[in-house]
Amino acid sequence: MKDPIIKFDKVTKRFGKVTVLDELDFEVGQGEKVTIIGPSGSGKSTVLRILMTLEKINGGVVYVGGDPLWHERRSGNKLVDAREPHLRRMREQMGMVFQQFNLFPHMSVLRNLTEAPRCVLGLSKQDATARAEELLEMVGLNEHADKFPGQLSGGQQQRVGIARALAMRPKIMLFDEPTSALDPELVGEVLNVIRSIGAKHDLTMLMVTHEMHFARQFSDRVCFFDKGKIKEQGTPEEIFTAPKEERTREFLHAVLNPDE
Amino acid sequence: MLFGIEWDTSGGWAFAVSILPILLHGLWVTIQATVLGFIIALIFGLVLAALKGAPTRFIAWPAKLVTEFLRDTPLLVQLFFLYYVLPDYGLVFPAFLTGALALGLQYSAYTSEVYRGGLEAVARGQREAARALSLSPTRTFTHIILPQAIPRIVPALGNYLVSIMKDVPVLSVVTVLEMLNVAKIIGDRTFNYLIPLSMVGGLYLIMTLIASYGVRYLDTRLPKHGLPLK
Repeated sequence: MKDPIIKFDKVTKRFGKVTVLDELDFEVGQGEKVTIIGPSGSGKSTVLRILMTLEKINGGVVYVGGDPLWHERRSGNKLVDAREPHLRRMREQMGMVFQQFNLFPHMSVLRNLTEAPRCVLGLSKQDATARAEELLEMVGLNEHADKFPGQLSGGQQQRVGIARALAMRPKIMLFDEPTSALDPELVGEVLNVIRSIGAKHDLTMLMVTHEMHFARQFSDRVCFFDKGKIKEQGTPEEIFTAPKEERTREFLHAVLNPDE
Repeated sequence: MLFGIEWDTSGGWAFAVSILPILLHGLWVTIQATVLGFIIALIFGLVLAALKGAPTRFIAWPAKLVTEFLRDTPLLVQLFFLYYVLPDYGLVFPAFLTGALALGLQYSAYTSEVYRGGLEAVARGQREAARALSLSPTRTFTHIILPQAIPRIVPALGNYLVSIMKDVPVLSVVTVLEMLNVAKIIGDRTFNYLIPLSMVGGLYLIMTLIASYGVRYLDTRLPKHGLPLK
């Protein structure tokens, strides 16, 4: 692996008494496409939400691009809890695609894509619009720029969600079950878009998904999460054809043969 | 005679026609008290809502206590308190201002809950998406949360405007010459209560119907998913 762009160093996350992540060690290399699979409640989504600074951590250190995410370095390399300006700076390296899309329903598709580039990156209206149109073209929605999210299908909305995140030119894209809220026939169009941006950009991509076939084709590495830890990880071949752990086998058997 | 206008007691209709301008004087006071009370409720309610949402308990808790107190004690008690107790401490306001203040304070308890409810009803995912895009907290509030909260907040506030208007007659007990008080004075002097009180009822009905229609109209006109930003 190249230098890790994401590194979890003994990260613990608790919700009340429930330990969601238990001293997790986890690394993602620059440009790597990593898929996280596992049963619900195993802490998969929490990993993404911690990276996007939507959830605080209770212990350990998270590094993004070599810098601590939830901490700031003080004199003598001491780590103290990060404050908002640091978090904001760190966040700009990442983009996130949500299970429920979370598009801004009162903004046109175009405005969804230009709002943050204009306000946060300071792009001019023309530049932001040009960037947005390019991205809409890429996700195949250039004719829908003036519509509102409510007028689009779920699959179209999620493609807007992907384009919106990409408009900030992140180095890392986080996909939190991007197709779980979609009707089955709309899953393909979203996965195709994810596949194409994986090919075009030198993006680091981290995805939580239940789409095992996609995970298998798409990922450089698959991580199986169970009870707040990585139970097993490896290439898609290793995980899907010859899982070493009994728990992994059980899980894969259950999701791949749901009617048994 | 009231407000320099004579009444004509020669017959029912003549009497009604002659006192109408006098009642309209009272109605004007009622409208002023409603509007001023509503403005106070809108502003103080916003302050209360902001305080209740404060991250520290030391601010949020007293604000919640004040809300409960304002909401769970009768308007008349609050009004008497402001009118009879405050002057003991050197705070003397005209009856009209005291009345509008009492209305505004009581209804601020309700409006504060409307604000809070409207803001909290905006899905959590909206805040998370804004955060993921690094939008500043101010920008998030003004351009993401508020436009989506307003269509929920405005009609609810409108309903309280109607309620305030119907509570204005309470101010008559501290000598405010609003419409009901005017009608009562006319009755006291002419020994005819039926016509002035019926007219007050009728005028109130007209006013509240207009206001309710306005609120419903606003409700249908406001886009459900938020004020659009192209």
